[in-house]
Amino acid sequence: MNFILISLIKMALVFAVFMTTLAYLQWVERKVLAHIQARTGPLRVGPHGLMQPMADVFKLLTKEDLLPPYVNRFFYLLAPFMAVALALISISIIPFGPEINIFGVRTLMQISDVNVGILFVLAISSVSVYGIALAGWSSNNKYALIGGLRSSAQMISYELPLTLAIVSPLLLANHLSFRAITDSQAGFYLGFIPRWNIFQMPFPQIFGFLIFMIAGFAETNRVPFDLPEAENELVAGFHTEYSSMKFACFFMSEYANMITISCVATLLFLGGWHPPFPAVFSNWLPSLVLAAAALIFFFQATQPARRIDRFSMPIFGLGALLLAVVFAIPFVQTFLVPVFWFAAKAGFILFVYIWVRGTLPRFRYDQLMHFAWTFLFPVALINLLVTAFCVAVF
Amino acid sequence: MDTILFIVFATVAVVCAFNLVLQKHPISSALSLIGVMGSLAVLYLMLGAEFIAMAQMIVYGGAVMVLFVFVIMLLNAGTEKPSGKSWFAQIAGLPLLLAFVAVMGFAIRAGLPGLRNVEFGSWIGGTAERIGQLLFTHYLLPFEVISILILIAILGAVVLARREID
Repeated sequence: MNFILISLIKMALVFAVFMTTLAYLQWVERKVLAHIQARTGPLRVGPHGLMQPMADVFKLLTKEDLLPPYVNRFFYLLAPFMAVALALISISIIPFGPEINIFGVRTLMQISDVNVGILFVLAISSVSVYGIALAGWSSNNKYALIGGLRSSAQMISYELPLTLAIVSPLLLANHLSFRAITDSQAGFYLGFIPRWNIFQMPFPQIFGFLIFMIAGFAETNRVPFDLPEAENELVAGFHTEYSSMKFACFFMSEYANMITISCVATLLFLGGWHPPFPAVFSNWLPSLVLAAAALIFFFQATQPARRIDRFSMPIFGLGALLLAVVFAIPFVQTFLVPVFWFAAKAGFILFVYIWVRGTLPRFRYDQLMHFAWTFLFPVALINLLVTAFCVAVF
Repeated sequence: MDTILFIVFATVAVVCAFNLVLQKHPISSALSLIGVMGSLAVLYLMLGAEFIAMAQMIVYGGAVMVLFVFVIMLLNAGTEKPSGKSWFAQIAGLPLLLAFVAVMGFAIRAGLPGLRNVEFGSWIGGTAERIGQLLFTHYLLPFEVISILILIAILGAVVLARREID
């Protein structure tokens, strides 16, 4: 009974945080892209456009739900559901922190610790092609069909280097569970270099990490590999015929996949929730960072760029200061600091996603396939061979 | 709990298998096959073979079936036309099927005398660790022979594909 209750609480918590991140990731993306392109981004709804995700959700919910007459109804309606359901499942086995003890209740900071966790993520990602492929096919539209075909070909091709890049951390950790893989990366070399897989001696997994990230971009259909929805060739690709909430499902699944890939990369290569500095410093750094953020907010309030900043900036500053105080309480530190480091690393990877979108142009389709099969796949194989050799010898 | 899950997923597997045969459109059949694979994976998982379950999802549910769907979409195969059943199939189909099931049931009962009822969760040999150990000790020769066989198949596919292009 206790187990079910704790599991329900954890599920509710993870779901709430995940959905909020999903909604605000899109706000962050629009803001970051805007600033890369010297614009201001969403600014009208709420202070600094902070209520924009809510407005978008209401817009998508209240839009007319079109059902074109020429589609294959069953698969047309099934496809967005499959896409979003499969995208949201993977988060259930991602660990966010160590085992914690709150008022005598010991629990893992994770919905469930599956001992074939990484295989589960691979299984889900290999099945999630169907959502996009079916959407493209059932729309009965040539642009959608080509988008769906491109997407499935691309996802099959890039799954190979992705899987090969995942194998090396597995060899190093000798386990398939995310928790065990992350725990194998705890500690420091010489007292200050973290033992993350990306710094792992004698053969750092930096190549594996880069291969994983590139293949991850392709798996999530993001720029520069967003050929399935290349708007100058395919209108909107596989979701051309979708509108309102059905379109939002595809949109959500793309962002959910991004978050999952970032979490997996963090766990496999960046040491999960293990901090980059020894505990004495890393426990207080979150407070320091938040306090610095509060100072910046207060400073901005003294020189407001817009009139509203005189009120909004001090409120943000107070919020950051409050969080800094919360992070300084020793009891809270035991479970919030690991989550802080996990979120910082995953957030950085998400930022790289957006950064790349603002920087790189789109590949041509033959370049995309050529790159996967003649460069990324051999490099992943060599990386795996060298890692296996190092594991066997040392 | 185990029994309920077993009944649910066994039913899903059987219904999907019937649907696979009954559907007229290749895409519907392919998706039914994915349903069968997925529910079989869940059944493996309940028996304690977690590695096999995940391999089933990755290899069959993912890779193989994505290729099926991809080819169906690429060829844009339409709805199948019923090609007029032969009189032999109409008359003898059902009796032959029942006879086949009966023979198979008898063969399994007689050929494998040590059969017991399945207990969920009693078997713990399905971890990746155990399977890896077995593959590299007891089943090393078959494992290597199969990998060479697969390599030959890949080379054969490449040779055939090249001849088509040239």
